[in-house]
Amino acid sequence: MNSLRLRTWLPPALVLAAAVAVWQLWVSVSHVDPQLVPGPWQVVWATWDDRSNIWPAIGVTTEEAVLGLLAATAVAFVSAVAIDSWLPVRRGLYPLIITSQTIPMIALAPLVLIWWGFGLVPKVVLVALFSFFPIAVGLVQGLASSDPDALNLLRTMRASRLALLARVRLPSALPQFFTGLKISVTYAYGAAIVAEFVGAEQGLGLYMYTAAHAAPVATNLVFGSIVVIALLTILLFALVAGAERLAMPWKERR
Amino acid sequence: MSATAATSLELRGLGKRFRALGGAGDVVAVSDVDMDARPGEFVALIGPSGCGKSTVFNIVAGIEQPSAGEIRIGGRPVNDRLGVSAYMPQRDALLSWRRVIDNVTLPLELRGMSKRAARAKARPLLERFGLGEFGRAWPWQLSGGMRQRVALLRTIIADPALILLDEPFGALDSITRADLQEWLLQAWGGVGATVLLVTHDIDEAVLLSDRVYVMTPRPGRIAAVVDVGLPRPRTAELRESDAFVALARRVRHELHAAIITQGEFAEPGSLASEVVQ
Repeated sequence: MNSLRLRTWLPPALVLAAAVAVWQLWVSVSHVDPQLVPGPWQVVWATWDDRSNIWPAIGVTTEEAVLGLLAATAVAFVSAVAIDSWLPVRRGLYPLIITSQTIPMIALAPLVLIWWGFGLVPKVVLVALFSFFPIAVGLVQGLASSDPDALNLLRTMRASRLALLARVRLPSALPQFFTGLKISVTYAYGAAIVAEFVGAEQGLGLYMYTAAHAAPVATNLVFGSIVVIALLTILLFALVAGAERLAMPWKERR
Repeated sequence: MSATAATSLELRGLGKRFRALGGAGDVVAVSDVDMDARPGEFVALIGPSGCGKSTVFNIVAGIEQPSAGEIRIGGRPVNDRLGVSAYMPQRDALLSWRRVIDNVTLPLELRGMSKRAARAKARPLLERFGLGEFGRAWPWQLSGGMRQRVALLRTIIADPALILLDEPFGALDSITRADLQEWLLQAWGGVGATVLLVTHDIDEAVLLSDRVYVMTPRPGRIAAVVDVGLPRPRTAELRESDAFVALARRVRHELHAAIITQGEFAEPGSLASEVVQ
């Protein structure tokens, strides 16, 4: 188990360390303007020094991302069950949900701002718009993947539609639901930050925007924000992966 | 097992048409099927694959409705048959997210029995089915033969008066299958329900049942009825007896005769799909 973990973590960690080392080396040797490309040490120290400003921004953006994901999950759940249960809904709604992905969600950011202002709501809405699709498709496909033999078996036991949903369809859908959710998690912070770029009073997006427009420009803090966002996304992803394990204790583990 | 009184099963002129894929006309899956099982009898239905055995089975289970004919259970025609019989599908259909014991108690739970009471009822049976240590296991941790026993236990736990087995051992390797057949002969003693077994295994049909109905290829009809009449309790050694060999040969001949007389007229590989109900 331990050696397996090591084999999983060590190679990417080494590659990452090597890349950071090359970056640092190049910055030190080439004397590139630090306002264009700061070295990794500069980025880390500048970000650490400014932690009193970054902490609250992290809190705000995380709230937006998490609430957006929860909202998307709730709406996706209701739509997926409806699509799975009623043929007219499937025929009428599902193609539209697929087609809706041709709309560039980023382009909706200004609209969301016009409708809901500068507060929390427009960010949550934009995160939800970004994350809805993978979750909904995962749920719809997962519900449809239920074993027809198991459904028939429960029908011969006079199971109600609700019982079929609770005991067969939803458990069958869990693996694909989590696949969708994990994809959505990787969009969540990005979506929140785009919404903040367009208009915000606080948050990591605003923090980046401010750093990029400062005089002199604080490139190291822009870099630092990107690293922070990546770390936050990894953290959120790991949380979802943990929830996945808890929700499906029956899955074979290796 | 405190068995509910076994019931009788009579099929009279049972027929089923499906709408053909592609829309051109109907496909007759089964036609004019007459079958009888007296209370407590073990009856086998045997036929070549695609002959409509499973259609008959699904109709008796209540998943499908016949296009013609009547199903009488306990002497009366029963149209809403869901929940009347206990059904064991071809593949075990265990729910992978439920532990073994919770798969077994599923029919009890759906009848509103508390989880606690259902588990209390299941535990001694798990023991008797040789699954005592595996109650808390997940289905993926079991071998194919054990999964099949879990499915069988799930089928009988609610004391059904009528049990339907659809090629219960068809997916197993022949050694495991022979094992389970022998085990079934022993374990069956106390169940006492009426059983309809669908199979394409001649030995299995003769070994387990009191009467074998032989079906023709599609459209499936009953071509012959062979009374087994071997004494019970039976053991696997019975296979070597002259009486068994003679019965198996008779069933094989009837099956061949049915395939030859009807096979040439059967549409090769005709596909049927049913309109979703």
